[in-house]
Amino acid sequence: MATARSKHLVLILARELASNLATPTLIADAEGTLVFFNDAAEEIVGRGFSEIGEMPMDEFSASFTPRTRNHAPLADERRPTRIALEERRAAHEQLWVLSRDGVDRQVAITAFPLFAEADEFVGIVGIFWRE
Amino acid sequence: MRVRIWGCRGSVPTPGPQTVRCGGNTSCIEISLDDGTVFVLDAGTGIRELGNQLAENGVKHVHLMLTHLHLDHLEGLRFFAPLFDPESTIDLWGPRSPVVTLKERIRRSFSPPLFPIDLMDTPGRVNFHELPKTQWRIGEARLIASLIVHPGPTVGYRIEADGSSVAYIPDHEPALTGDFARRSRDWISGGSIAEDVDLLLHDAQYFEEEYDGRLGWGHSSVDSAMAYADAVGARRVVLFHHDPTHSDETMERLEAEARSLGSNTHDPPIVAREGMVLELPSR
Ligand SMILES: [Zn+2]
Ligand SMILES: [Zn+2]
Repeated sequence: MATARSKHLVLILARELASNLATPTLIADAEGTLVFFNDAAEEIVGRGFSEIGEMPMDEFSASFTPRTRNHAPLADERRPTRIALEERRAAHEQLWVLSRDGVDRQVAITAFPLFAEADEFVGIVGIFWRE
Repeated sequence: MRVRIWGCRGSVPTPGPQTVRCGGNTSCIEISLDDGTVFVLDAGTGIRELGNQLAENGVKHVHLMLTHLHLDHLEGLRFFAPLFDPESTIDLWGPRSPVVTLKERIRRSFSPPLFPIDLMDTPGRVNFHELPKTQWRIGEARLIASLIVHPGPTVGYRIEADGSSVAYIPDHEPALTGDFARRSRDWISGGSIAEDVDLLLHDAQYFEEEYDGRLGWGHSSVDSAMAYADAVGARRVVLFHHDPTHSDETMERLEAEARSLGSNTHDPPIVAREGMVLELPSR
């Protein structure tokens, strides 16, 4: 009997797209679990996805100590990935992040929800833009 | 559980002396369970003869499961006897779409000007069901439908009953998702339906050298099909959706090619042939 719960096809296709993008990109599923980021995102994250593996998106975001342009802590509810996951709408924010390699970087993040078939929310894509 | 192939040709019917062994009818298989439940998967031209057989056997209720609405999986519906029998009921299942209902999408090719009769005017009773997002049961059977890589909303099916399992994925191009053979099964298109299945009917429309010019058309090479069977741990593979240009001789070469690839399936792969019956023992 089948046991594995497959990723939704849209996430599988999104991963293949992200794998071929030179833009740092991450994917989270509908439950808010980070399921993939591409090689281009390694520079910002400071490690490869295979070293980190799947983890709750909130935990992953918090590990970067995201701050506003004025270096004030960014409220959780302003994180674009959180907005895309919880409110299921696109969001964009410019911020500072402290990567796992210890480097402070200024980036912009765009996150948007993915819907499949009629109305099924299947996850989000987050894209980092180097400022 | 018994699986019978009524049509295994891809894309367009191919009658004629070159295709008598594999058959020229487009996709349609029948799965019958010990309790008498009949599942019909896809409504290619093979469904016409099946419909006549059902009428002859007095079967008045079937579940028709459509993988998608490409014509080679739908064109036989207009000639399916139970639709024209007022005492017959068809539970018709198919993929959801963001804009138009399943019924209306099917009706597009089953109404004037494309066909003289409107689907809504046929005397048989049809209950339309858009597919559930999670597994569900019909009688003793457990079913899973999952979106898979093919142009437009397309699903594959898994049916588990009588102690065995079948996965039907006639149109599928998993190669578009990259090196799927090296991914964990949860990252493989259709992984939840094909995983460790007893019998996998899978698209193998092309030889590897033919695939190069047909990337993105939604179908697999025989190499890709066998790599897929290995990746999901299928026990037995039947290669399906034969290219219209492939004669019986060509299909024999394709079968030999599949066997030469050295897969891990329990039985050697075979190409689907019209009229083939596969009995699945309880495990
Ligand atoms: Zn087809
Ligand atoms: Zn198709």
